[in-house]
Amino acid sequence: MSLLEIKDLTIRYLTEDGDVKAVNGISFEVEQGKTLGLVGETGAGKTTTALGILRLVPEPGKILSGSITYKGQDILRMSEKDVQDLRGNEISMIFQDPMTALNPVMTVGDQIAEVILRHQDCTRVEAQTRMMAMLDRVGISGDRAGDYPHQFSGGMKQRIIIAIALACNPKLLLADEPTTALDVTIQAQVMRMVNELKREFGTSMVLITHDLGIVAESCDAVAIMYAGSIVEYGSLEDIFDHATHPYTVGLFGSIPRLDIETDRLKPISGLMPDPINLPTGCAFHPRCPYATEECRLDEPPYWEFTPGHLVRCHHAELVAEEATVS
Amino acid sequence: MGLHESTAGILRFDGEDVTHPSRGQKKAMHKNIQMIFQDPYSSLDPRMCVSDLIAEPMKAMGVCRDKNERERRVAELMDTVGLSRRFAFSYPHELDGGRRQRIGIARALSVDPKFIVCDEPVSALDVSIQAQILNLLQDLQDERGLTYMFITHNLSVVKHISHSILVMYLGCEVEMCPSKELFQRPLHPYTRGLLSAIPIPSIHVQREEIIMKGEVTSPINPRPGCRFASRCPYAQDVCREALPAVEEVLPGHLCACHRVRELNGL
Repeated sequence: MSLLEIKDLTIRYLTEDGDVKAVNGISFEVEQGKTLGLVGETGAGKTTTALGILRLVPEPGKILSGSITYKGQDILRMSEKDVQDLRGNEISMIFQDPMTALNPVMTVGDQIAEVILRHQDCTRVEAQTRMMAMLDRVGISGDRAGDYPHQFSGGMKQRIIIAIALACNPKLLLADEPTTALDVTIQAQVMRMVNELKREFGTSMVLITHDLGIVAESCDAVAIMYAGSIVEYGSLEDIFDHATHPYTVGLFGSIPRLDIETDRLKPISGLMPDPINLPTGCAFHPRCPYATEECRLDEPPYWEFTPGHLVRCHHAELVAEEATVS
Repeated sequence: MGLHESTAGILRFDGEDVTHPSRGQKKAMHKNIQMIFQDPYSSLDPRMCVSDLIAEPMKAMGVCRDKNERERRVAELMDTVGLSRRFAFSYPHELDGGRRQRIGIARALSVDPKFIVCDEPVSALDVSIQAQILNLLQDLQDERGLTYMFITHNLSVVKHISHSILVMYLGCEVEMCPSKELFQRPLHPYTRGLLSAIPIPSIHVQREEIIMKGEVTSPINPRPGCRFASRCPYAQDVCREALPAVEEVLPGHLCACHRVRELNGL
């Protein structure tokens, strides 16, 4: 059985200008000890999905339908108190921006100990000991527990956030662009540490990112999101070697590569659609080189291209054929 | 750009010494050297509409005879950078990052400069938009024979767009050579670490993994010796004592490292 199973999750922000269709009926699973990469551009609904799992979607956001089953229980039907016991304990989140995710007027030691005291049945002294062990585990000296966030660099702040997230040994970690705000060399350090800790504690992870390089290095399965829908879902091999959705193919064509020589990038034309006003049919059709009348009218259903490799495109077969040829 | 005074050294542009430019020289420099800024959100005046934003540098430099000519040039520039003319009277907050960056590019081009400093022009943009802007910059270079100084931390972008590369660390020149050479034969330990730190979007690439320890130290009163010594896996006493000179280690390939020959078997 999967640790986390999401079915038909729909989240909207009900604003005065209209309903922002942030997440539109997405489904995916995360297996025990595995990492799922959730890939997409700004506004694709990745962060809203993660916040939805923790039931933290801010006002005026509403989870309209669907289910989020964690260990056989639907999070959406739990009492607020039960969800609070889950957050930070069983399911934790690493936030994108280490500069703003920490409390500036609390020492980092207290911030790590806080989550341990809240969730674990232990004394202050025990919490202190565990906090020190956690700091040590993320490579920060225990003498710095009394320091405040502004005294640390960006990479160290992100380690502290990771220490908070892992302090209660969660089963599921939601990492929202954990390294986007960091330099490449620090990014490599942080990703290596996250992967080590994940292996050590047997944690499952949902890794939200727009960087396909990070996905290739850290994930087991990949879901590509566009305009609130998962357009393609499969194993690393399915996505990196047999991409069958025009958006996925376009993403790979847009990035300059260190390992391949290209004279000219092949960008996706046009812009992300406005989520208040999504195009009819397939949301990608105005930007898609394969689009036909069918795409404009009907939203494509999920189609199992090969076992476990789902794609949402009317012309997947044609796309796959051309991608193999080129 | 002449926005900061230099502490020491000489700055030449097109053969002319512009280290301490006179007023006249400064004006000429601004006509010849333009800049595209990193953040398309904060580098545009929120109270000016697109056509005014693009016309502003031309007004300041006095490149157009009258208003009509300026308006015609604004329209041409909008076509050049791929901004639809219906946005001429929109304000920056109404546009997305990619379009805003196109305004920044049109502003830089408006005075027909020879040299454009591109300071991380795509790092604030999504990948699909990033590719559009990179292609635009390349096309403009081909059409107008522009010279770019492209500042970025993204080595994949640098490899794609540049002809030669200078790697810097804490204010010091570390390695400089033609673009291809840097990726085929990086010599400096910092460059090698940097290259190995970039995740590659492929599941078939195997490569050596060099994880650099520690973080960039403060450039305020740096310790003597190589600036990279505290993070370098090969640092020896000599590295902590003297700043390495920039040497031509291979033809056209400059590197500043005490142990470069020994480490690369040269």
